[in-house]
Amino acid sequence: MCLAIPAKVVHLKEDKAQVDFGEGVLREVNVTLVNVKVGDYVLVHAGYAIQVLGEEEAEETIRLWNEILEAENKVRAK
Amino acid sequence: MVEKLKFRDPNLAKRVAEQIRKVTPKEGIVKICHVCGTHEWTITHFGIRSLLPESVEVIAGPGCPVCIVPASEIDEAVQLALRDVVVTCFGDVLRVPGSKMSLLDAKAKGADVRVVYSVADAVKMAEREPDKEFAFFAVGFETTAPSTAVEMMNRPPENLSFLVSHRLIPPAMKLLVEMEDLSLNGFIAPGHVSTIIGLKPYEIFPKMYGMPTVVAGFEPLDVLFGVYMILKQLREGKPRLENEYTRAVRWEGNTKAQELMQKVFDITDGGWRGIGTITSSKLRLREEYVANDAHLRYDVKVEHGVDLQPGCRCHLVIVGKIKPTECLLFMKNCTPQKPVGACMVSVEGTCRIWAKAINTLGK
Repeated sequence: MCLAIPAKVVHLKEDKAQVDFGEGVLREVNVTLVNVKVGDYVLVHAGYAIQVLGEEEAEETIRLWNEILEAENKVRAK
Repeated sequence: MVEKLKFRDPNLAKRVAEQIRKVTPKEGIVKICHVCGTHEWTITHFGIRSLLPESVEVIAGPGCPVCIVPASEIDEAVQLALRDVVVTCFGDVLRVPGSKMSLLDAKAKGADVRVVYSVADAVKMAEREPDKEFAFFAVGFETTAPSTAVEMMNRPPENLSFLVSHRLIPPAMKLLVEMEDLSLNGFIAPGHVSTIIGLKPYEIFPKMYGMPTVVAGFEPLDVLFGVYMILKQLREGKPRLENEYTRAVRWEGNTKAQELMQKVFDITDGGWRGIGTITSSKLRLREEYVANDAHLRYDVKVEHGVDLQPGCRCHLVIVGKIKPTECLLFMKNCTPQKPVGACMVSVEGTCRIWAKAINTLGK
């Protein structure tokens, strides 16, 4: 039930947005809860965008994971 | 976006699993609890438990908002449906057993029960059919409650009322951590609830209970890293609150959603199926909005319902005390086709998720 799916905002009109869930699946969602612009990725839960996804943070997470794993290996190798 | 591609990288997963083995204590059991049906799905679907050392247990807490709705509240919705009110609800709720019948049973008896994807759909239906009375059965945790709040602020049509059954997650986590026989060592906090509430409500867990707490996302690597971060905190002896899901969860959460929730709802004690009453865990409409409260409008109030059918062990599954396979009914008398307990009904229920995994493996 707390499932939320990422989607890209393709069109905005007042508190409604057309979002693309990928592969051309478009749906209207309510964006009252977030500040978004066209092109942003949002998390959609039960027809409402609940948060804006940070693409930079996503890249950063992956980079950080690799860094942690490498650092751990170095510590162990010493 | 990067989401799916890199967050499921099997090579990276292998490397995290190796690190997990290295930081796992040599002796004793580490018990990590998550409180989200979607986490349980990720863990079961991707076989995360098989990647962990035997001494690291990941258990599922009461993370399915549909499973924890007490029978009394299902009974209220059923009563409304049988009294010619069109009851709208999320699909998961339809088959949840009440004391005597589910909403689906009521529908079979001729009641008008309709599944909606969103509260906005219920609003549209009520507007389209002004001659009928509608009620929306508002089930869900903090992830879902803001959408109810939005529609309440927008002044819903007069022929639409609300049965509010929203519950809050941190009070349930507090209950779990205080259960001595559960003896937890760490929390994976629910990612999507946290997009709304932020991190602050979890601060008490490391501070007061010495419990490592990591907010994690829902890709397999998110969960694996969550487990790793908890084990590392345990090894260092420094329990703290960390955020693994930075791409969606900010420290402060979604403040706009929080403000709306505060305007629309009060917090009160609430019953959880199989668990009992949890202090300050339920949302109810504030006085300004009581005109929209279906309880008052139709004078329905069921104090006590039958939460557990004979033999059902949902109450133990729901707090992670037993695995679904330790219930005698599991996959015998209780199946996804013919569920006995609420945990087998919702796609986020632990028993249902395990049943699906078993069926898939069987093929």
